[in-house]
Amino acid sequence: MNLDIWMRENPLAYIWLGSYAVAFIVFAIEIAMVRHKRKITLQQVRLMRDAGNEAEDEEMA
Amino acid sequence: MIPWFAISAALLFALGLYIGFFVAPTDYQQGEFYRIIFIHVPASILSMFLYLIMAGYAALGLIFNTRLSAMMATAIAPTGALFAFVSLWTGALWGKPMWGAWWVWDARLTSELILLFLYLGFIALHASIDDPRRADRASALLAIVGSVNVPIIYFSVKWWNTLHQGSTIKFSGTTMHIAMQQAMFTMLAACWLYAIAVVLARVRSIILERERRTQWIAELPEVQQ
Repeated sequence: MNLDIWMRENPLAYIWLGSYAVAFIVFAIEIAMVRHKRKITLQQVRLMRDAGNEAEDEEMA
Repeated sequence: MIPWFAISAALLFALGLYIGFFVAPTDYQQGEFYRIIFIHVPASILSMFLYLIMAGYAALGLIFNTRLSAMMATAIAPTGALFAFVSLWTGALWGKPMWGAWWVWDARLTSELILLFLYLGFIALHASIDDPRRADRASALLAIVGSVNVPIIYFSVKWWNTLHQGSTIKFSGTTMHIAMQQAMFTMLAACWLYAIAVVLARVRSIILERERRTQWIAELPEVQQ
């Protein structure tokens, strides 16, 4: 009931906080997840490369 | 390419919001509440188009056994799911002051909810199978079968007597104010560019992950850093 009154008295705040802020937070979380995934995947690939190099060095020795 | 899409999306979001909140007039029936459409309509359109694109890539991967198509389908699914969620969320926020209810079991709303579940089902199915090629095939089937839901969402307002209104913009014209149209199409373009940027960034990581044992990945400059 209180929300009903508040939204009718403050329609722009309701729209901004309820819709646009939520949508942009969702987008920000998605961007952060994509960047994190990229970072983690690159780390894994570098670790695999380093492990491969070490194995080659041991074979040579 | 990704930074260009991302920067263009950010600029268009800013422009669309400016037109939508400072130039577009207040609606005579809905008051200020109609301004939710500037994010609601683009999110709904994107959720449907991204599903069709995802199903298209999944079908290509299934028929021609092209690995990149399956990776693209996998990369599109989370973005599509987020747009479906934003569409449902903003729709609920518009529904409360206009209809007096956050949710009604209307054909348009229910079919959009099914679309969100299809996206989540696709992601869950893909994640539950260890072998990526088998996961691609299984989830591709789900994506293709689920694509029948997209025309149902679009035509639901014509086929059934729904509470959700029909299309305001038609090929025959529209009664919408020009500033409202400008804001909506600018936000739609921004959402498209955002989706392209995020999907390309995600597919880059998927390629890196799946091809990590190949020589060309080891020779990439970002890997050699």
